[in-house]
Amino acid sequence: MKRGFTQLKADFSLRSAIVFVAVSVILLYGVIYPNLSVVINSFKRDGSWTLANYTEILSQRIVIESIVSSLGLSLGTVVFCALVGVPLAFLFERFTFPGRRLFAALAALPLVLPPLVGTVAFIFLCGETGILAHGIQNLFGLQNPPWRLRGWPALLLFHTYTMYPFFYVLTGAGLRRIDASLAEAARSLGAAPFNVVRRVLLPQLTPSLLAAALLTFMTSMASFSAPLLFGGDVRVLTLEIYTARQRGDFVMAITETVVLAVISLAALIVFQRYEGTRRFAAAAMKGAPRRRASIGSGAARVLATIVAVFFAVVLVLPVATMFLVSFAQEGSWTTQTLPAAYTFANYRRLIGEPLAAEVFVNSFIMSAIAAAAALIWSFCIVALLRRRTRTPSRFFGEGWRRLLSLLVLIPWALPGTVVAVSVAEAYGQPSALLGSFVLVGTFWILPVVYFLRFMPLVVRALQASMEQLDPTLEEAAGSLGAAAWQRFLRVTLPLVWPGAVAGTLLAFVIALGEYVASVLVFVPANRPISIAIASELRDFNLGAAAAYGVVLIVIISISMMVAGRLERLR
Amino acid sequence: MSFLSLRNLSRTFGSTRAVADVSLDVAQGEFFGLLGPSGCGKTTTLRMIAGLEKPDSGSIEFQGADITNLPPERRGFGMVFQNYALFPHLNVFENVAFGLRARHKTRAEMDERVTSALELVQLPGYGKRAVDELSGGQQQRVAIARAIAIEPALLLFDEPLSNLDVSLREETRSELRELVTRLGLTAVYVTHDQEEAFALCDRISVMVGGKLMQTGRPRELYEQPAEVSVASFLGRNNLIKAMRLSSSKTTEGEFKTLEGEHTLRLAVKHDDLAPLNKPVYLAIRPEHVQLSSHSNGDTNTLPATIREIIFSGATSMVRVDANGLMLESLVLRTNGLEVNQSCNVVLSPEHLTLLKN
Repeated sequence: MKRGFTQLKADFSLRSAIVFVAVSVILLYGVIYPNLSVVINSFKRDGSWTLANYTEILSQRIVIESIVSSLGLSLGTVVFCALVGVPLAFLFERFTFPGRRLFAALAALPLVLPPLVGTVAFIFLCGETGILAHGIQNLFGLQNPPWRLRGWPALLLFHTYTMYPFFYVLTGAGLRRIDASLAEAARSLGAAPFNVVRRVLLPQLTPSLLAAALLTFMTSMASFSAPLLFGGDVRVLTLEIYTARQRGDFVMAITETVVLAVISLAALIVFQRYEGTRRFAAAAMKGAPRRRASIGSGAARVLATIVAVFFAVVLVLPVATMFLVSFAQEGSWTTQTLPAAYTFANYRRLIGEPLAAEVFVNSFIMSAIAAAAALIWSFCIVALLRRRTRTPSRFFGEGWRRLLSLLVLIPWALPGTVVAVSVAEAYGQPSALLGSFVLVGTFWILPVVYFLRFMPLVVRALQASMEQLDPTLEEAAGSLGAAAWQRFLRVTLPLVWPGAVAGTLLAFVIALGEYVASVLVFVPANRPISIAIASELRDFNLGAAAAYGVVLIVIISISMMVAGRLERLR
Repeated sequence: MSFLSLRNLSRTFGSTRAVADVSLDVAQGEFFGLLGPSGCGKTTTLRMIAGLEKPDSGSIEFQGADITNLPPERRGFGMVFQNYALFPHLNVFENVAFGLRARHKTRAEMDERVTSALELVQLPGYGKRAVDELSGGQQQRVAIARAIAIEPALLLFDEPLSNLDVSLREETRSELRELVTRLGLTAVYVTHDQEEAFALCDRISVMVGGKLMQTGRPRELYEQPAEVSVASFLGRNNLIKAMRLSSSKTTEGEFKTLEGEHTLRLAVKHDDLAPLNKPVYLAIRPEHVQLSSHSNGDTNTLPATIREIIFSGATSMVRVDANGLMLESLVLRTNGLEVNQSCNVVLSPEHLTLLKN
């Protein structure tokens, strides 16, 4: 009895109680309440419970069409990304040839490109008034542009460009994990190379491929910039929600939001179910080290090199175009293949105009607030989630831990549109829960949305660092007399901060270019960079839009380089 | 009052009982060993002494005070971990000074104590080195220096030599023992290596399957193992299944082997005699199994045939068959011995031990 009491006291120390309460309150207000209020309100009309919202929107052709379009686009994107990403991963992971490193270095570029910036770059390159179209038009003396960047082909092309890295990166990682001796064993048992791939490698790659498919599907479901700028007749759900809100039809917007959220979460659940059934026990024996085979023969080697150079150029072209256009004099680029006159005016405008400078300051401040909060938050979450080795914990049970990880993960699984709409819905008017505090229409709504959307990234990064930490180090510190806070400050923190800061930087740069959620809830007081880019584009100030994009890309590149350095510090 | 005493410690992980009802006492200044095969619970016991693991039941007393619920940082025990657990972000000096910082020592005292600790482990002037620049043996010394720098009330070792190669291990072993004795420290040393435990420890507890089987001086454990598990874990042993003879009243130390049906006589040292009509084990070390070509009427002389002679350098192992009872004999010279030759085996009564099951 006495022992039971001291145990409880040890578990429920004052410090962990404060963290516990703070985390619970933030999750309650940030995740549970907004999402619940959207769901509840979607079932309400004029204060009474009803299914009318659903029957109404689901009977509208346009809504059904948008659901089908979203699903079709996402599934199509998965197929195309797999067709591009998986063969490239095999080629670049298994073989070595000239040009391999060039492509490998650039492969993940589209992942760090903010979707809006990528979309704009794509328009400059492939749009009907873009460099490629003009080039062909001028070359063959055509009257009309040879194509229009509109609808299904345009969306699928752009999505494949931006999301194929999920398949490329995860398949590559999966291939690296597979023990080379398994393939060698299969060969020695008489399997031909093709059968080795089909019967030995692919089955083991299934978890990687599924993870890539899920990421691609969910990113595609959440995609907004491309459908907005060149979707044409293809109306996807995110776009429908946006236009419904613009029209002032809030009931329709939240009902569609629930539909979008349900589809995304369903994909996640199906994936996790399946993943659980297919885990391969990593054969722990020491395997033969995998070595990339050199492509010896002439023709294949040349072909592989051509493929590498071609895809490297494809990856870089949109960004290069953006650079070029950012130096184009406004109005100088009409029917020529390349802009005719170049100037620094676009960049001077960014520095000179107070409105332009303000946009950068806004985005910087809001992203920094969100990222810093996410960093502190991640330490709180990890502290609560960590298994205590010394005491079999009775207070924070296993179930509670799982609930906590789930709640932290939810904002990551939901499209940005859903997060923004639910926060806007929950904090649009004074409510009993929040006193009279209203978030909508204030500066703070964007930092809050950024925090909710990107804190899972930081938590994951910190968790990964913690897992690499040798637990005996903390034990050694304890046996040397260091109390809990000393162990944290002097052993844990110095070893995990590079990973945590790298994760925070990633969250920071993604928030910096955020558009999907920003466009729904921004106000003049917190206009972010992405909104400025979109409005410059609308006013046909192509050079200015490109200049914004280039500055954003430069900031992101620097941050990612710093993050990469930090990762290696671990 | 003993220096350190464990009272009925138990610890369960999931459904496995890692440590079951372990009680033992360590005297001040003693070098105490916990010896057992891997997974026997010796490390868990050590971790409970260190405070890194809490017992499910039982208590730990140190110098008369109950420290069962005291967190590790307040016990003041130095611990040397199997993987050394050196802090990778700190240099050698900072690693050794870690515990002194936690105790808020002055800079001067810290310098002095780190320097002397590094000298004690024969690494003077290594303070500025990064720990990953050091060899395995040097890292091991830093781990020891770090543990002794805090002037621990008790020094705990978790298989500290198992990551070193053989030649280095023996050298470090004697240095370690010498160091601990010189500083007058009390140590608890966990190992699965019998030779290491014998060379280092004043007393040893043998653990098997979470239970403490026997505690004693190395020679005692080797020559008079009390249990089958101890006898078979500590070096090679001939285990002979036998039954106490019920017929005679005066010959309480007389047994009949189940294989070969030989009558064996013991110099009875065990207070509790084996039960009647229930097979028990007798043990005798191979080096005590004597071979002779002719019988000279000694007690426990059995006729046998040589089956196999295994040469292993300084000694040879001879396997003999005494009418179905297989025995191993360790001999220095095999002159005149041949396979299939007949001989006599002598199992002298004072070397035959009766084991508890």
